[in-house]
Amino acid sequence: MSTATIAPQTLTAKDFATDQEVRWCPGCGDYSILKQVQTIMPGLGIPKENIVIVSGIGCSSRFPYYMNTYGMHSIHGRATAIASGLKAVRPELSVWVVTGDGDGLSIGGNHTIHLLRRNFDINVMLFNNQIYGLTKGQYSPTSEENKVTKSTPFGSIDHPFNPLALALGADATFIARSMDRDPKHLQELLKRSHAHKGASFLEIYQNCNIFNDGAFEIFTEKGSKPEEALFVEQGQPLVFGAQKNKGIRLDGLKPVVVELGTDYTADDCWVHDEKDFYKAQILTRMFDDPRIEGHMPRPFGVFYQAFRPTYEDQLNFQVEDALTRKGAGDLDKLLAGKETWTIK
Amino acid sequence: MSNISVQQIENVVIKFAGDSGDGMQLTGTQFSNNTALVGNDLSTFPDFPAEIRAPQGTLAGVSGFQLHFSSNRIFTPGDACDVLVAMNAAALKANLKSLKKGGIIIANTDGFDSKNLRLANYPDGINPLEDGSLAAYQLHTMDVTKMTREALKDINLGMKEKDRAKNMFVLGFLYWLYDRSLESSENFLNEKFSKKPEILESNLKALHAGYNFGDTVEAFSTRYKVEKARMEPGTYRSITGNTALAYGLIAASQKANLPLFLGTYPITPASDILHELSKYKNFGIRTFQAEDEIAGITSAIGASYGGHMGVTTTSGPGMALKGEAMGLAVMLEIPLLIVNIQRGGPSTGLPTKTEQSDLLQAYYGRNGECPMPVISAATPSDCFESIFEAFRISVAHMTPVIYLSDGYIANGAEPWRFPKSADLPAIPVKFKKGLEEGEEQFLPYHRDENLVRPWAVPGTPGLEHRIGGLEKQNITGNVSYDPENHQLMVRIRQEKVDKIADHIPLQKIELGPEKGKVLVLGWGSTYGAIKSAVLELLAEGHEVAHAHIRYLRPFPKNLAEILHSYDKVLIPEINNGQLIRIIREQFLIDAQGYNKIMGVPITKGELVVKIKEMLQA
Ligand SMILES: Cc1ncc(C[n+]2csc(CCOP(=O)(O)OP(=O)(O)O)c2C)c(N)n1
Ligand code: SF4
Ligand SMILES: [Mg+2]
Repeated sequence: MSTATIAPQTLTAKDFATDQEVRWCPGCGDYSILKQVQTIMPGLGIPKENIVIVSGIGCSSRFPYYMNTYGMHSIHGRATAIASGLKAVRPELSVWVVTGDGDGLSIGGNHTIHLLRRNFDINVMLFNNQIYGLTKGQYSPTSEENKVTKSTPFGSIDHPFNPLALALGADATFIARSMDRDPKHLQELLKRSHAHKGASFLEIYQNCNIFNDGAFEIFTEKGSKPEEALFVEQGQPLVFGAQKNKGIRLDGLKPVVVELGTDYTADDCWVHDEKDFYKAQILTRMFDDPRIEGHMPRPFGVFYQAFRPTYEDQLNFQVEDALTRKGAGDLDKLLAGKETWTIK
Repeated sequence: MSNISVQQIENVVIKFAGDSGDGMQLTGTQFSNNTALVGNDLSTFPDFPAEIRAPQGTLAGVSGFQLHFSSNRIFTPGDACDVLVAMNAAALKANLKSLKKGGIIIANTDGFDSKNLRLANYPDGINPLEDGSLAAYQLHTMDVTKMTREALKDINLGMKEKDRAKNMFVLGFLYWLYDRSLESSENFLNEKFSKKPEILESNLKALHAGYNFGDTVEAFSTRYKVEKARMEPGTYRSITGNTALAYGLIAASQKANLPLFLGTYPITPASDILHELSKYKNFGIRTFQAEDEIAGITSAIGASYGGHMGVTTTSGPGMALKGEAMGLAVMLEIPLLIVNIQRGGPSTGLPTKTEQSDLLQAYYGRNGECPMPVISAATPSDCFESIFEAFRISVAHMTPVIYLSDGYIANGAEPWRFPKSADLPAIPVKFKKGLEEGEEQFLPYHRDENLVRPWAVPGTPGLEHRIGGLEKQNITGNVSYDPENHQLMVRIRQEKVDKIADHIPLQKIELGPEKGKVLVLGWGSTYGAIKSAVLELLAEGHEVAHAHIRYLRPFPKNLAEILHSYDKVLIPEINNGQLIRIIREQFLIDAQGYNKIMGVPITKGELVVKIKEMLQA
């Protein structure tokens, strides 16, 4: 038998591609995300066979077929629960979940929040295109209000989820946002998600050029990106704008945009601290509808990181601990129990 | 002691009945354990309301525990009771119909005050203990509450706490009546209340007071003794269905050297399996209380995919939620056990009552052509062996398996001649360890002669592959929408399950001749009633036989032959006719049904009548 592991350091992005034809629509944002994942994988130092990608159902969930690792394309909304069971018994594996805004927040919303609160060391990548792509264009739980889609000819009346506020509400220990159109940023955040010990929740804005083209244009396109996207970095002041001439200050608990130059400088701005739970709350709430006059810029980057024991470590500790305290289970003793009688 | 005699009897059925707060389940369990230690054969039937504390004193709140014990082999908790212990008026009213004429009533008079009588819907001014309406029975009244309080007067506890020991007084009295030692219950109390000395003392005192009361009052002129049963030699213990099931899983996991992962969501009457398994971490068992039934099964799928044995346990409503994920497991072709402890349905139905509710669901309740093996338990102790079999089949054939028990089996207890670990067969498990010499590419759906695909778990170099719920190309496992391939795959998945018939025992005849007039064909918890009825009829010289099916899908290969060896086939079920539909459809025979859908077991008596009808017609 050949059981040779390819040494992780000699792997390249190509080793992570499969022979399956990629079937997303030309121009779909999923291509870029796939590319960035394949690009960072060799650098993680994990043998290919120890990587597992679990997905649900949706365009985005086709992802595992294109990754030459272990993978499961499961059923709608349940990837998070399947991954939880896998990680519980195989903590040494690097487990990634690919899910969509419908898959992970609608049908699978329950499993998503429970994975996060339990803090399995799993990397959840939520491909948010604010639409149901695979079922051809119905609005999703992240679609903006008033959205006209196939299922909402008069405009949607649902109020959308704020995915990162939801994740923080579920006590996720790593919360971040990136976008398909910024490869470097996305690569960086993928690596950070992986490096985090505990549940990481990475929301990736992904363009569906067929059913929701341009949904994130304002954040991703050159012309508007500098004014609309706020890239947060640990220890750095919240500064944005093409000229780096705008900043965010905290007025009590309320973030306000200030012009930098005369009255304020970067030193007066809110300094980002990923460890600050209260500020993370405010940051996730910077979620204005960009159609509204005077809206705040949308933050990207790592919002929050905290540490608490992972579910799988505690579960397996209980098993180990029971083994050391009681010794390996004795089946005969178990079956006999405390009270027996004998018939001759 | 006075002129009280001890009379030998063969058989007793006692029902302990009281308010759900009266501790009748505990009393019944204690008496059963004591009975087991005496060496009697026994069978129990706990029957309790869905509400934890239904309004006190009402008919809805009555909780009962029926115990049948004997110096002969017995197979049911008994059709009618010889003794009814009624802690209050509602308990009497709800259970009187199941007491034999001439039977003994032991009534707690304190539970028959005007309030209790009203709550039990007795007309104003009517007290059955006083109006002569119970003349056909041997009525014994005692004020359990008063005597318990009296016995505990020196203990520094509140009245409410003292009253909680009432059930121990009753238990003590019954121990006296059946000439028993108090030791097993003393041990139990000592352990249970070791950290609460006052409560321990009050319970022990009440227990002794009840026993001494029997000795002193001369209310009964006779005590009864049931001799050891003539059972097969061996060492026995008493066991309930759910405990036997949990032990069967542990044993199979040990014998397969495959750690067990239980993903589950609490639901009556399956929760006790989770409670039990969660204790045995040192057997390498991981239990996961998931956020719902869907996460219960899908986390178990994740564990099986990772090379552990995934198990999920539930009851009817949870089964409905797991449907889609079972389909995934069928497509993935990985081992998985789905345990359904059935209860009355549909919807929430009768959560604490028994029913053979979900056989058709197990057969057909999924989208698409989705065959899965189905295995069932017949009695509490049979859960051990049958779940062990389900585990074996699941691993050997790389398939999810549905296992059916029910509330009656789950909570009922009986003596069990438990096996020795060394006598249990090993369960072989084969993981694919890597590419073979000359094997260029891993083919996840390449099958062996039983159509079984390899189990290749993440972490194995060279076997990286993708699987999922989409239809896959035969052999390669790649996604395929090819029409011919789909038809082929549907047939392969069916054939793979059908082939399991080559690897299970042939159907045996439990009792009676190999051909003849009537075959009574059962599955699941009707076992005891059918066996008892057929035994009785055989003793009377009738041509009747009993066969009980454990392997419901696929059926044993000789089932057709058996079915055609009798003039008539009767299929009793605690449902509206489920196995009968499958049997009629598959074997084209004119089987008759006997169906009872009342949330309670079928009795021996009613079956005897039905079978006689068929014999005579
Ligand atoms: C149980 C079930 N319900 C519905 C569907 C249909 N369905 C498939 S994908 C999907 C929504 C996908 O949206 P999203 O998760 O946002 O993924 P995207 O296609 O946008 O990447 C739906 C409703 C299904 N496959 N299974
Ligand atoms: S429908 Fe949208 S999300 Fe789906 S593949 Fe096409 S572009 Fe991508
Ligand atoms: Mg989407």
